[in-house]
Amino acid sequence: MKSSFYRYSLALAGLGAAAMLAPSMPAQAAWEPTRPVEFIIPAGTGGGADQMARTIQGIVSKHNLMKQPILPINKSGGAGGEGFLDVKGSDGNPHKIIITLSNLFTTPLATGIPFNWKDITPVAMLALDEFVLWVNAEKPYKNVKEYIDAAKAANGTFKMAGTGAKQEDQIITEAVQKSSGAKFIYIPQKGGGAVAVQLVGNHVDSTVNNPIEAVSHWRGGKLRPLCVFDGQPMPHKEQVADGKAWSDIPTCKSQGLDMEYLMLRGIFTTPGASKEVVDFYIDLFKKVRATPEWEAFMKSGAFNTTFMTGDAFVKWVAAAEKTHMGLMKDAGFLAK
Amino acid sequence: MEEIFNLFHGFAVVLQPYNIMVMAIGILLGVIIGVLPGLGGANGVAILLPLTFSMSPTSAIIMLSCIYWGALFGGAITSVLFNIPGEPWSVATTFDGHPMAQQGRAGEALTAAFTSSFIGALFSVVVITLVAPLVASFALRFGPAEQFGVYFLAFASFIGLSKEPPMKTVAAMMMGFALGAVGLDQMTGQLRLTFGFTPLLSGFDFLIAVIGLFGIGEILLTMEEGLRFKGRAAVINPKVVWETWKTLPKFWMTYARSCVIGCWMGITPAGATPASFMSYGIAKRLSKNGRNFGNGEIEGVVAPETAAHAAGKAALLPMLALGVPGSPTAAVLLGGLLIWGLQPGPMLFIEHKEFVWGLIASMYMGNVFGLLIVLTCVPFFAAILRIPFPIIAPIILVFCAIGSYSVHNNVFDVMMMMVFGVLGYFLKKTNYPLAPLVLAIVLGDKAEESFRQSLLASQGSLGIFFSNGLVGTIMVLGFIALFWSLIQEAWSRFRPATAA
Amino acid sequence: MSEESKATHPSGPSHRSVEIGVAIGLILFALIVIAGSLQVGVTWAADGPRAGFFPFYCGLFVLVASCINLYNAIQDPGGGLFAEWGQLGQVVSVVIPAGIYVALVPSLGMYVASALLIAVFMKWIGKYGWLMVAAVPVPVMIATFLIFEKWFLVPLPKGPLEEFLGY
Repeated sequence: MKSSFYRYSLALAGLGAAAMLAPSMPAQAAWEPTRPVEFIIPAGTGGGADQMARTIQGIVSKHNLMKQPILPINKSGGAGGEGFLDVKGSDGNPHKIIITLSNLFTTPLATGIPFNWKDITPVAMLALDEFVLWVNAEKPYKNVKEYIDAAKAANGTFKMAGTGAKQEDQIITEAVQKSSGAKFIYIPQKGGGAVAVQLVGNHVDSTVNNPIEAVSHWRGGKLRPLCVFDGQPMPHKEQVADGKAWSDIPTCKSQGLDMEYLMLRGIFTTPGASKEVVDFYIDLFKKVRATPEWEAFMKSGAFNTTFMTGDAFVKWVAAAEKTHMGLMKDAGFLAK
Repeated sequence: MEEIFNLFHGFAVVLQPYNIMVMAIGILLGVIIGVLPGLGGANGVAILLPLTFSMSPTSAIIMLSCIYWGALFGGAITSVLFNIPGEPWSVATTFDGHPMAQQGRAGEALTAAFTSSFIGALFSVVVITLVAPLVASFALRFGPAEQFGVYFLAFASFIGLSKEPPMKTVAAMMMGFALGAVGLDQMTGQLRLTFGFTPLLSGFDFLIAVIGLFGIGEILLTMEEGLRFKGRAAVINPKVVWETWKTLPKFWMTYARSCVIGCWMGITPAGATPASFMSYGIAKRLSKNGRNFGNGEIEGVVAPETAAHAAGKAALLPMLALGVPGSPTAAVLLGGLLIWGLQPGPMLFIEHKEFVWGLIASMYMGNVFGLLIVLTCVPFFAAILRIPFPIIAPIILVFCAIGSYSVHNNVFDVMMMMVFGVLGYFLKKTNYPLAPLVLAIVLGDKAEESFRQSLLASQGSLGIFFSNGLVGTIMVLGFIALFWSLIQEAWSRFRPATAA
Repeated sequence: MSEESKATHPSGPSHRSVEIGVAIGLILFALIVIAGSLQVGVTWAADGPRAGFFPFYCGLFVLVASCINLYNAIQDPGGGLFAEWGQLGQVVSVVIPAGIYVALVPSLGMYVASALLIAVFMKWIGKYGWLMVAAVPVPVMIATFLIFEKWFLVPLPKGPLEEFLGY
C-alpha cells in the first residue's frame, strides 16, 4: 500500500485513462489467486451492493480477467456485521474480498459489534453512490422549498421511507430534519426497491433512494427527483425522463438543504494481506473499470465514478468514518 | 387484443430451437437445484447468471426463469420422499406428502404435487397475460398495514384448529416467534437476543430449523422405529401418473381455491411460503376429508403445491412492473435484468415488449416442459426410497448439513440443525405441533416488521389496520379465519334451534 | 408405535418424565428470551413497540403455556412408555456419530468428514462388508464435490486433504 505509483485518485478521469494504466502494472508482482475468490457481500440479494458485486462477477468471467472464478456470497446478518466479522476472522486468506457500503461504519457504531474498518485491508474505492430526494410525481411540490414547507405544515406526520434503521437513509433523514427544521417519521424498509415502491404507492411522502433504485419509476412518470445530496450536480447528461437528465437535478445545498452524503462502494480484503495481493486486486478492478459493461452500469445508476487506491483511499475512509461518527452521535444512533 | 398479439409474438421467440434447448437445460438444472438442499433457486440463478451473458437477454432470462420454475418443482421431491423441504414453500407439502410416501404412495404424491404445481402456475400465468397492468396497480395499494393484514390472514387461516393440546400449540408457536426474533431488529437497528454471541447475529434461519426439525427429526424417529423408511414397500408402477391423474379432477374445488389464494398472495406480494400454508389450512377446514389431513391425504398435497406455484409465478409480475423482488431468487433475476441493461419497472413493458412477452411465453412453455420432465422422472424418484436405510440415512444427513451450512456459510448453523433435529424428535413424540412453530419462524419477523411500520406511520394508533376498505376487509377475514371453529360451532347450535 | 413394544419388555423412560423434561426445557428457553428482551426494552414507545416488545410477550406466552403443560404432565398418572431403552439406544447411535461429524467438519472439511460419517454409519448400523463401505462414500462425496465446488461454485468447508490437492 505504500506504493506511491497509484497514490492519486482517478476522480472522474474517464475510463480510457484507467485502461491505459492497467497494462503498465509491474510484471513481477506475480501473485495470482490459486483458488476461487470469495466475494463477500454484507447485504442481501437484490440490493445495490449485491447488484454491483454480481455485475463485477459477470464482467470478470465474461472478459476472462482472472483465471479463477469470483464467487459472490451474501452475508447480510446483523446489518452486514456477519460479513465484516467473517473477513476479519479470515486472517491471511488472500482469496477473500468484500464489497462495502456505508454499513462499514454504521453497523459497528449502531450495534457495537467488535469491528472497525482498520481490522481489514483497504483495496480500492470503486465508485460513490449518490442519494437523491424523491417525492411522488402526483404531489404538488416541485422544488425543495415547497417540499420543506409542506413537511412543516404537516406538523410531524410527514413520512420518509428508507433502507434499514440507523443506516445511511436514516442518517440523511436526520440531517434533513436538522437542516430544515421540519419533522419526519422515518419508516425503515428491507430494501431500496421496496422503499421506492412505497413512495410510488403513496404510502410515504418522500425517500432518499439511490438513483438506480428509483430511475425506472422516474421514467414511468411516478416519481420526481428534487435534489441530490452531493457537492456538485451529477455529471450524466443523457436525457432520462420528462426532458431532464441526472445533471439537471440541483444539489440539495443549492436549494437550502445543507447536507452532502455519498456512499462508499469500495473493496477491502482480509487482514494482513500482502502488497502483492492488494496490487493484484487493484489491477483487477482497473481492468473491470475499463470494460463497456462497467461503463454502462455506472451510467444506469448515475454513479459518481471516483476511483481511489492506496493512501488516498485510506485517508478518504478515515475521514468518512469521522463524518459518520459525528452524524450518528448527533442523531443518537450510537450503541450504548 | 394487443396482448394476445404480443403473446403470440412471444411464443414465436420462445419456440426457436435454441430457446427450447435453453429452456430444457434450465428446467433440468432447476430440478437438481430444488432437490439438493444447499442449492436454493437464488443460488443457482446467481451462479449461472454470468454464464448467460453470452446469450441474448431473452434467451438468458428464459434459461434463468426456467431454473426458477425447475427449482419450484424440485422442492416437492425431497419433501415427499424424506420429509425434508428443499425450499421453504414445500414445507406444507411434507404434511401429507411424506405420510403418503410412508404408505408406499410416493409416486402418487409426487404426481399430485407436480400436476398441482403445473395447474397453479398456469392459472397465474393466464392472469398475468390478461390483466398485467391492473395487477401491478393493485400491488401498489399494499402498504405496511395491508402487508400485515395479509400475514395475519395467512396465519389465522393456518392456526385455529389443531389436533394437539392447545397449550402445546401456543408454546410451540410462540417459541417459533421468539426464535424468529433473534438477530438484528430491522426497525431499530438494535441487536436482540444475541447475548453478544456473534454467530447469532444473523438469527435462526427458517431453513435450518426446518431441515433439523423435519429432516433430522424424521431420521431419528425412523431409527427408533427400527431402521427403515416405511416407503420401502412402494411398488414402482409406471402407470402411477395416469392412475393418479384419474383421481385428481374431483378436487377441482381445492384447485380453484388454491389457485386464487396463491395468485393473490403472489401479487400482494407476500410470497409462495405463506400462500402454501394458508391454502393448506383452508383446504383442511373446508374439505370433507379435513380430519384426515396429515395422514396422507392427497388433497393435502394438492392444496399447498397449487398455491405455492400460483404465488411463485404471480410474484414475478410485481418484480417486472415495479422492480420489487418477491423472493431472493427473483431478486437475483432482477440483478440479472440490470446487467443486460433492462431496467425493471413500469417502462420495461413499454420499451422492451419483446423481452417481456418472450418471458411470459416462456412461462407457458417452461411449465409444460417442466411437467413433462418431472413426470417422466417420478418412478425414478420413488425408486430412491428402495436404497437401504443405513446407506441413504447418512447421505441425507450429509446433505442436510451441506444445506444448513450454505444458508450463511457457517458451521454454527450445522450445529443448530442437529440441535433442532433432537428437539424435533422430542417435540414430535410429546405431541407438540411443529407446523405452527415453523410458520412462526417464517412469518414472525415479517409480520412484526409490517406491524411496527404501520404503527410508525400511524403514530401508534391501531386504527390503521381498519383505516381503509382493503386492509379492513383483510383483517376481518383474518379474524373470521382465526375464530372459524368457534363460529362453526355457534352456527351448528343456532341451526337446529331455528329448524325446531 | 408403543403398542408393539408393550408386548415385549416394556422398560424405558416413562412418557410422563419426558413430558416434564420438555416442559422444563421450554420454561428455561422462555426465561432466556424474556431476559434478552428486557435488555433491549419491552415497553411501548411513542411510535410503537420497542425491539424487545414482541419477543418478551412471546417468551411470556411460552412460559405460561409451559407451566400449564408442566402441571398437566405432573398430574398425569399414565404409565405409558416414551420409548424402550433399546429404541433410544438406536436414536443415540445416530445422534452421537452425527454430533462428532458436525464437530469434525471445521477441521477435516465437509467432504472428508461426510465420507467418514457415511462409512461409519454403513459399517456400524448397516453391518455392511468393507467392500461396500469403501464403494459408497467416496464416489458420493466426489460427486458432491463436483456438483458444489465445480459446477455451482458453492464453497463448502475444506480441510487438509483438499489443501493437499490444491483447492
